[in-house]
Amino acid sequence: MKVFIALLQKEFLQIRRNSFLPRLIIAFPILVMLLMPLIMTMDVRNVNIAIVDLDHSSTSHRIASHINASEYLSLAQSTAEYPLALDALKHGDIDIIVQIPNNFERDMTISTPERISITANAVNATKGSMGLQYTVQTIAKALAELQCEKSPINVQELLTVENRYNPTLNYRYYMIPALMIILFILICGFLPALSIVGEKESGTIEQINVTPISKLTFTLSKLVPYWIIGLFVVTVAMIVARLVYGLSPVGSVATIYFGAILFIFTISGFSITIANFSDTMQQTMFVMFFFVMIFMLLSGLLTPIDSMPQWAQRFTLLLPPRYLVEILRSVYLKGTTFIELWPNFVALGIFAIFFNTLAALTYKKQA
Amino acid sequence: MNAIEIHNLSKSYGKVQALKNISFEVQQGELFGLIGPDGAGKSTLFRLLTTLLNPDEGSAKIDGLDMVKDYRLIRSRVGYMPGRFSLYPDLSVEENLQFFAALFGVKIEDSYDLIAPIYSQIEPFRTRKAGKLSGGMKQKLALSCALIHRPSVLFLDEPTTGVDAVSRNEFWDMLATLKTQGITIFVSTPYMDEASRCDRIALCNEGSILSIDTPQGIVQHFDAPIYGIRANNMLALLESARNAQGVIDCYPSGEWHHLVANTNFDVSKFESEFNHMDDFIIKSIEPTIEDVFIKLMKR
Repeated sequence: MKVFIALLQKEFLQIRRNSFLPRLIIAFPILVMLLMPLIMTMDVRNVNIAIVDLDHSSTSHRIASHINASEYLSLAQSTAEYPLALDALKHGDIDIIVQIPNNFERDMTISTPERISITANAVNATKGSMGLQYTVQTIAKALAELQCEKSPINVQELLTVENRYNPTLNYRYYMIPALMIILFILICGFLPALSIVGEKESGTIEQINVTPISKLTFTLSKLVPYWIIGLFVVTVAMIVARLVYGLSPVGSVATIYFGAILFIFTISGFSITIANFSDTMQQTMFVMFFFVMIFMLLSGLLTPIDSMPQWAQRFTLLLPPRYLVEILRSVYLKGTTFIELWPNFVALGIFAIFFNTLAALTYKKQA
Repeated sequence: MNAIEIHNLSKSYGKVQALKNISFEVQQGELFGLIGPDGAGKSTLFRLLTTLLNPDEGSAKIDGLDMVKDYRLIRSRVGYMPGRFSLYPDLSVEENLQFFAALFGVKIEDSYDLIAPIYSQIEPFRTRKAGKLSGGMKQKLALSCALIHRPSVLFLDEPTTGVDAVSRNEFWDMLATLKTQGITIFVSTPYMDEASRCDRIALCNEGSILSIDTPQGIVQHFDAPIYGIRANNMLALLESARNAQGVIDCYPSGEWHHLVANTNFDVSKFESEFNHMDDFIIKSIEPTIEDVFIKLMKR
């Protein structure tokens, strides 16, 4: 135990002596939690619309004012010529063209009018399709309003919409748990591996290896500091989420900590395993990046697992972050309890044991 | 009991055979030198004896303990100073020493008498980071750390490589002091001139031991007459001397060429043949360890 404390002291001393690690450990979670949710958003906003109004009726004006009033759309241009608008679309000045045909209002009252045409720039597929939907909805709303004024029943009052768990459809609430996981991966995944490979590169591990220290003690002394740092990071991230975004978990904080601890165990064990197989920092970084890419992109952190193909969905069962992101999102937004989430905790527990055992076994005291 | 007993030890890295069937003993309290050029297998032997490597064949006992079976026990009884400085450069002198003391579960005070002659020289810099020390001071710190748990056998792998001549001399003086404390010291060096500071030496090359004896014994072993020759044009002298009658070998050694002769060699005849060269001198010399080494290597 005394030996272990000496090893731990040395690790912390080295972290503290490092010119930028302590700053990174504090600044990184704060910056990521402050900046990323503000910048990264899947909400499509500022869709620029050009209206080619050939009708010049009160209906076409109604549509234009509805578009202008929408928080997602903005009326950028109003012309009488379609080719002009198309040119602006090509230059990227506008995203969607709405053309209202001649005599639209008149024809509407007598028979089926010529259709309103909507043209979208779909280079950015998300923005194109989302923008299109918003535009269609806005125009439909404008037309419905006109209809209502003529008939006694208000169509809109027949519908009621509720977004459960995230009433304002705030994308940030979806992102924050994912960002917390990315933080764990970067801090508790990369740093222990680099710390071990650093000892290999400087040759200090050789000196440790000729001492009677056991593999397990040495590996643990590399892991424990980052476990503690990981817990610090969760706490900072939760405080920032609360103070800045007003997001506090509906469920229990203890459940979140428990999930986070299991995940930190897993990712740091994983990191040490990789370090055991590499001889240089370069090698470690590259191998880590390979896995981190898979973790970040395929674990449902940024895109929903449900929309992946079947075989890929099955593959995600092998990715530890998948389980934590589910835990964090459902505890944060729905208040799901530990008991309901037990399969996720069991999965994380298995991963944690597996990777840490592997880490201790693959550490070679004898080359 | 011998401090180190090596029986038929072999080790290969893939196709390269680094050690070929080596056997020898080092006595308790001996200062034993392993001498050979780079790539002779010195570091491999050190890594085997300090239990960092497992042998392919053969066995060794350190302090009576089997190197494979009792490796944990061996690690608490040996001190090892690798060729490359491998203490923590970001920890201070004192922190490094304390760290290694803690790893072995000892206190610095308990071994202070042992390390004092060495450590006292760097103690004024105890708050300086180890990475910021000069080469000689790094070496002293490394030696202090290797001694902190009072090892019975001390392994020093090329401790003087890259160290200036004065510090090298000092270092060997320190080893002589340690020897008086009864510690067995196993040291390797590529420098032949350091061999005379050892009790016994083993000459090794390409994974084999060529000869083991005291430095004097090894030199006495040299059974052929040896001469030193020189002239203004050293290169021409070397080439023609090699072709002269009765010459086994001739090679440069510092300011002289060393000439190894056989029984057919006639000094006066050789002298008259070469006297036309400017400033030609020939003299009989005592063989050095280097001469023995070259002779053994060529055999």
